[in-house]
Amino acid sequence: MSIDEKTVRKVAKLARLALPEDRVKPMADELNGIMAWIEQLNEVDVEGVEPMTSAVEGLSLPMREDVVTAGDDPQKVLKNAPKSEDGFFVVPKVVE
Amino acid sequence: MTDLTTLTLAEALDGMEKKQFSSLEITNAFIDAIDKANPHLNAYVVTTPDLARERAKASDVRRAQGKAGALEGAPLGIKDLFCTEGVRTTACSGVLGEFTPTYESTVSGNLFRDGAVMLGKLNMDEFAMGSSNETSHFGPVVSPWRRGNEDTKLTPGGSSGGSASAVSADLCLGATATDTGGSIRQPAAFTGTVGIKPTYGRCSRWGIVAFASSLDQAGPIAKTVEDSAMLLQSMAGHDPKDSTSLTNALPDFRAATKRSIKGMRIGVPEEYRVEGMPPEIEALWQQGIEWVKAAGGTIVPISLKHTKYALPAYYIVAPAEASSNLARYDGMRYGARVAGKDLNSTYENTRASGFGKEVQRRILIGTYVLSAGYYDAYYLRAQKVRQRIAQDFRDAFEKVDAILTPATPSAAFGLGEKSGDPVAMYLNDIFTVTANLAGLPALALPAATDANGLPLGLQVIGKALDEESVFAVSAELERAANFRAKAAKWWL
Repeated sequence: MSIDEKTVRKVAKLARLALPEDRVKPMADELNGIMAWIEQLNEVDVEGVEPMTSAVEGLSLPMREDVVTAGDDPQKVLKNAPKSEDGFFVVPKVVE
Repeated sequence: MTDLTTLTLAEALDGMEKKQFSSLEITNAFIDAIDKANPHLNAYVVTTPDLARERAKASDVRRAQGKAGALEGAPLGIKDLFCTEGVRTTACSGVLGEFTPTYESTVSGNLFRDGAVMLGKLNMDEFAMGSSNETSHFGPVVSPWRRGNEDTKLTPGGSSGGSASAVSADLCLGATATDTGGSIRQPAAFTGTVGIKPTYGRCSRWGIVAFASSLDQAGPIAKTVEDSAMLLQSMAGHDPKDSTSLTNALPDFRAATKRSIKGMRIGVPEEYRVEGMPPEIEALWQQGIEWVKAAGGTIVPISLKHTKYALPAYYIVAPAEASSNLARYDGMRYGARVAGKDLNSTYENTRASGFGKEVQRRILIGTYVLSAGYYDAYYLRAQKVRQRIAQDFRDAFEKVDAILTPATPSAAFGLGEKSGDPVAMYLNDIFTVTANLAGLPALALPAATDANGLPLGLQVIGKALDEESVFAVSAELERAANFRAKAAKWWL
């Protein structure tokens, strides 16, 4: 499966990464180089193999009481905000 | 008086306990050493000398009051992937700007609970994506090691290149590091230091900037196997804030380093003999086998037949998880925002200007393999191959107690020598990445030098939760190898 320039633009859009037009072709080449190496996975017989979704066997996700354990400190939450006002994050207009 | 910076962690703690010197004295010695070396090595991206002196003084008071913790007064470096309260943490990425956490990661917090003193934040590959520390937003780290009399700048490895360089150059007693595909063990092997990645879940990931969550695991880089055991003892432990943190009780890791390996069965996997591997590494591996036998261990040939597929599987799983984890960097709540004409272009500009080249490449691969129509062909298949690799280990551990391999397929290379070819760079992790995929503990230790005088490492892989066997075998190999080589301090 080869990645063409159209696919690179689409994937960059999905990933919200601005990709200058002159980077599209080189990026397609780089990704194809890596994906060609990855293709060797097709040699492995994976018939009937369960996908491994956890690094630890038999681990079930723990549950905890549904109570507030942290928070109520807007100053801390906003401390690293590029822009904030009156205890809120300020972001570009989302809805016209 | 001896140079305090050359002590091991165990020796330094002993010296402070015997009142031969204070935490403030050894902390000051490290601050001086960092001042002299860091302009040449670029190991630290943030130094915190005032904070370090303040904490060292407080530590000396605690010791005087008889309240010394397990690491009381020990000056350590913290990889920039760990959030440190009030001290800039950027994962060495431009996208985080001047991010200064208002909280402490569990692992660094555990070390400070036990009395450790932080000297500063250590350089690394951006978001831990790299094997040479060349993808850092703050420039590459330089290894203190050199090839013979050449002055070519060598890589300390990556992603924990700052941690490895700093420990090797005596710029801290030990350091935190993280390992997603080999980022503790490969730099340790390149710099003549010891690094252990414990079983997945031993160390809490809370407060560590996420790269690939099913693979990321914290561990120490240290000067000796014993030091690494002491650091891991403090770093590890259950944390309710990480749902994958293990609840199992922690064994005494330091005690395990004193255990005999007599009667232990040590596996040697034939698949780790790769094409193009220098004969010196093959010879070192053979030497390791002889050391095991001499100590009363039994060598058992084993097969881990899916080894060659581990890296390609990793380069699906890790970028997929990374593309998801790194979606949070949108310039809205933290980091450096780069405005555009609307919300979407603000996201796109922020991420394009904040992320470096390798990180962008991996985000695109991850987004591609997870996108509609490709998920089954790539991600699901990689997860199945991962299962095959884990099964190879489960089968092998029916017959053996630990596995011995080389740590890396080569000695350290020069900065810039591999940065043009992503796949060649990825192959650095060929011997280390399998333990991440299978979630197993693995330790790299220095065992010899090559013809140029550069360190070469061996790796010991253990069963899940059996760090003790890993420490026992590693300590035995360390005693046998009696590795004493040190990089010359050419910057002085």
